[in-house]
Formats: sequence, C-alpha cells, structure tokens
Amino acid sequence: MATVLVVTSGKGGVGKTTSTAALGAALAKMGKNVVVVDFDVGLRNLDLVMGAERRVVYDLINVVQGDAKLNQALIRDKRVETLHLLPASQTRDKDALTEEGVTRVMGDLRERFDWVICDSPAGIERGATLAMRHADVAVVVTNPEVSSVRDSDRIIGLLDSKTLRAEKGEKMDKHLLLTRFDPARAERGEMLKTEDVLEILSIPLLGIIPESEEVLRASNVGSPITISNPLSAAARAYADAAKRLNGETVQLTIPTDKRSLFGKLFTRRAA
Amino acid sequence: MNLFNLFRRQPTAPIARDRLQILLSHERTIAGGSDLVAILREEILAVIKKHVQVDSEKVQVKMERGESVSMLEVDIEIPTPTKKAKAAKPKPAAAATATAAAS
Repeated sequence: MATVLVVTSGKGGVGKTTSTAALGAALAKMGKNVVVVDFDVGLRNLDLVMGAERRVVYDLINVVQGDAKLNQALIRDKRVETLHLLPASQTRDKDALTEEGVTRVMGDLRERFDWVICDSPAGIERGATLAMRHADVAVVVTNPEVSSVRDSDRIIGLLDSKTLRAEKGEKMDKHLLLTRFDPARAERGEMLKTEDVLEILSIPLLGIIPESEEVLRASNVGSPITISNPLSAAARAYADAAKRLNGETVQLTIPTDKRSLFGKLFTRRAA
Repeated sequence: MNLFNLFRRQPTAPIARDRLQILLSHERTIAGGSDLVAILREEILAVIKKHVQVDSEKVQVKMERGESVSMLEVDIEIPTPTKKAKAAKPKPAAAATATAAAS
C-alpha cells in the first residue's frame, strides 16, 4: 500500500527540496521503495540536490504527456538502490502538467513504490496545488520565522480544501517539519520557540531539524544529507522524522553537531 | 552596536508570536469563511434596511473561529434619528436612500 507524501511550505527557500531528498533517502535506507518526484516545473532542483543532474533524459512532463514511459524517466540512485528520482522539466512551464496526466502518473507510481514523495514548488498556485492534489500525507516545512509561519498557515488551509482527500471529506494527515532551528537562539528569545509555532499552526510535529552547516555541504556535493553525512545532527533529525513517518515512535530530541574546541574557536557565526 | 546594547537587548520572539497570532486570526477569517460571511452580510443588511436606513459600509460582519466555539460578530452603525430628512451633511447616495425610504 503506497503512501503519497507532499513536501510543501508556501514560502520558498525554507528547505522543501533538501527535506524531500533527506527524507526520501532515509526511508529508502530503511528498505522502502521510494520515488522522489520534482513538481517544480521550470525551476527543477531536486536532480541537483540528489546529484543526478547529468542523468536526466526524460522528465515528469514527458511522462504526463505520454512522450516517454515511466521507466525511461525514472532515475535510480547509485548509492541507495531502492531510491528513485522522477525529475521535473527545466524548459517547459507548469501549464504542461495536466490534471488527468498527473492523476495517471501518480496512479502508476502508487503501484510501484512504497513511498511517493512530491517536492512542491513554492507558492500557492497551480504547481503547488497539483503537487498536493493526490497526497495522503503532507509535510509542511517551516522556518521559525514570521513569513514562513504565515505562509505555512495558508498552505495548511489549501491542504484542507484543495486536495482530493479533503474534497472526499477524508482526513488529510499534516505534519510540521521545523527546519533551520537554533535551540540556543530560541532559548534566548531571539527565535520563535517550537511551542509557539506548534500553537499557531496547530498541526502535529514531525521533527525539528537544527540549523547545520552540513546541509550546505551535502547540497554542494549533490547528496541527500542522510546519505552523505548520516551522523550529522540534521541527518539524525531527518532519520528520526522518517521513522516517525513510517509509524515508529521515536522520542523527540534536537540533535547537535559535536564540535572540537579547535572548531569552536575558529568558527565564524553568522549574525 | 556597543556593549551596552548587547546587555539591554530585548527578546523579540514573543513579539513575533503575538504579531502572527493577531495576523493569522484575521487572515483565517477571510480565507476560511469568506462566502458565508459575505452572504450573511448581504442578508442581514437587507433585513435591517427594511426598517432602518443604514449605510452599507457601516455594517461589519466578522467571524472569529475558535477551537470549540466560533463567534459571529455583527456591528451595525445606525444613524441617530434626528430632524427628519434634514441631515447635516448627507452623502448623495445616502440622501437617495432616505428619500426612497420616506416615500
């Protein structure tokens, strides 16, 4: 029984693509058959974050329009063999995605995979609503920052009205993934606390991903952080979140990166 | 920024939380019940207009959605009935309504 998950946020730059790659890879490492699908037509980046940018031949639009078979467009990850990528098109625009075509492709993916993870484009328009349309579960990626929280609230409203599940009167499973969180700043009152964000958005918490330099390192080399540096704080937080998605009960902690004294002395911190 | 400011700096996260709570309660009202509120507004206005002359801009209908109870707030400003049809500075539109209501 496949689960379709949408990773969404409303606001751009909060970590949707990073989270899609990290959660997808973590679930695949647990032995699940996973496909990550890039819905950001015209601005694809999941291929780059996954390190598969030179292997893209056909894309989601080709499959939706029937110009390529699903098998031709799927890219199997070279590191984790149960992980697959369905890239977006870089040259076409989002209007090339038809509702019927997407429905057909999602149906085919459901038959072949345990997890279908859709990386939503930013915004609340067609691309974003198509990405969430078939989802059973939504991960709302939010930064502890006012504009991100506001946009997440808007997206939660859309998840409750524009998805097939919502239209059928079924429950849309929504989870909050708080990213770029800095526990020390939150403690000092410089950053919204987890409880604040949870109280405002009132959806259950899937995980807290600490702000970490390792995230950029991973995207530099084109590898989901849960593959390239599984021991890093962010990767451990993503791995725990993936376990929770899989129905396991994992105690919620905010992992931290261990730094040597040398590292502490010579690390420059952004304001 | 000098050293003095460093010690004096106020926590800003509570401000962020309060601003968001106020803003989102307002935005949810608009996004969540726009149709219902608009319909209620029109119908309430129609009923009131049968008996009292009101400026349609002076009728405010708000919906506050809470966890257990939602509150419908209707705010209608009715002009105090003073000397008939001789309001001090009536708007043209309001004057027209007044005539219609009087006749």
